[in-house]
Amino acid sequence: MSELPYDRVKLARQSGRPTGLDYIRNIFKGFIELHGDRRYGDDPAIVGGLARLKGSPVTVIAIEKGHTARERSYRNFGAPHPEGYRKALRLMKQAEKFGRPVVCFIDTSGAYCGVGAEERGQGQAIAENLMEMSSLCVPVIAILIGEGGSGGALALAVADRVWMLQNAVYSVISPEGCASILWKDAAQAEAAAASLKLTAEDAKSLGVIERILSEKDIGKKEFYDRIQKLLVEEIDVLSKDLDLVGRRYERFRRIGADVLSKESI
Amino acid sequence: MAWIHFLKPKNQLEEGGRTAAPVQQDAGEPEKNCPNCHKDIPLSRLWANNLVCPCGYHFRMKARQRIKMIVDKDSFCERYAGLTAGNPLQFPGYREKVDTVRTASGEEEAVVCGTARIGGQSCCLFVMEPYFMMGSMGSAVGEKITALFEYAAEHRMPVVGFTVSGGARMQEGLLSLMQMAKTSAAVKRHSDAGLFYLAILTDPTTGGVTASFAMEADIILAEPGAMVGFAGARVIEQTTKKTLPRGFQKAEFVLEHGFVDGIVGRANQKRALTELLKMHHGG
Repeated sequence: MSELPYDRVKLARQSGRPTGLDYIRNIFKGFIELHGDRRYGDDPAIVGGLARLKGSPVTVIAIEKGHTARERSYRNFGAPHPEGYRKALRLMKQAEKFGRPVVCFIDTSGAYCGVGAEERGQGQAIAENLMEMSSLCVPVIAILIGEGGSGGALALAVADRVWMLQNAVYSVISPEGCASILWKDAAQAEAAAASLKLTAEDAKSLGVIERILSEKDIGKKEFYDRIQKLLVEEIDVLSKDLDLVGRRYERFRRIGADVLSKESI
Repeated sequence: MAWIHFLKPKNQLEEGGRTAAPVQQDAGEPEKNCPNCHKDIPLSRLWANNLVCPCGYHFRMKARQRIKMIVDKDSFCERYAGLTAGNPLQFPGYREKVDTVRTASGEEEAVVCGTARIGGQSCCLFVMEPYFMMGSMGSAVGEKITALFEYAAEHRMPVVGFTVSGGARMQEGLLSLMQMAKTSAAVKRHSDAGLFYLAILTDPTTGGVTASFAMEADIILAEPGAMVGFAGARVIEQTTKKTLPRGFQKAEFVLEHGFVDGIVGRANQKRALTELLKMHHGG
């Protein structure tokens, strides 16, 4: 495990790490990919569909960065457009209809910044996901496997349980973006990374995630088996919760509330 | 429908046009240069016209002034006034920055919340403050907005919100990001209770606020010329290395792309809000 937060950022971005599709293929069986948002198009940066987790059908959604240069370009480096978020929401609503749990794998530097993304309502697409996921009546588990870039990551992470890989990062802004805005110097990214508290340990101590997943044997069968076992156990627990939506509301409701001073209300 | 035409985008020059007499130059009177028509406008005249230039340009407005402009006299009752965040991440320079903007803006945080009447209609109201870290959303802003929607749901009241924001507040890191989910969940509960939420997007509404409660209203209006978007124009230019289309992310552009219901200038906002509230109140 690396000590400097900025080293974690670099690790999280490393192209050798397993990508969303690797997790889907190794943890689940019989993945059937479902395409398109039914409104505009299909976004290759987000893959989703049906699969079996130890025999039971689940809806799986993953932000995919790709491995080779060609794949990475096809996947837009894991930076989704609004149609990606809308596809994800369509699949989550479908999961709700058929009573399937949802598992999301998140790995993005952020929602794509581009003219088309703005024209098609990037902000609106993310907002709608946040709103709708907050009341989804089936268990939702989100796992940050690499980069958790701001609203673009959160749009798949309004979940009952949020887990992070040991070297994944989760942040409101990239350290480079933060440094260039605050200190007008992107080279200060290292200092920004430390200040932003973006490591898995930070996220856990801030109450933003429940669990840190060890990266021992990352990419090997043992690694995926461990995650599979945790998912099966946790989905079992969540499926029995009669107040799932209420508890999800409270999960987010309390974040930040304890740091406030109330001089008068 | 008589009211619908004032929701249509107006020729900017019409806005406040009735009072557009030639500008008198009083020696010594303070003036402000309009970034749209480039004329120097006497401040007294801008103040009298809700900070709208005779050319139609809407200057930025402080939250308290906006409240005064929009609510019935003496009807505003502030809630959660003393709610402030500390420096939860011990972010360098944040404490000092907050102290400075507090003094400069006269506000404790970047949003003012409360209950009010608009044209006789009771509602919950939030107005974001551009002069407090450009309306950025940290824990306190998220908490105040969430609490307001919860209060509105409990008392079965509509919510009217004026947004202006640079997005989630960096200095509170992940806690700021989580406020997007928290406020969205509260909006959803209020909405599922069958209650009305009207948002008016003002210049600029961006980032994490656009990607949460600004875009979640039943009816979304925008002020003329307001910049509304997710990513900043400079970031997009740097990412895509392309020149941006004319009027990109202006309210008129966002209207054309289907993400706001209409554009309403300040001169007509009270009338529009009153009518829309009445239509959702059954009287």
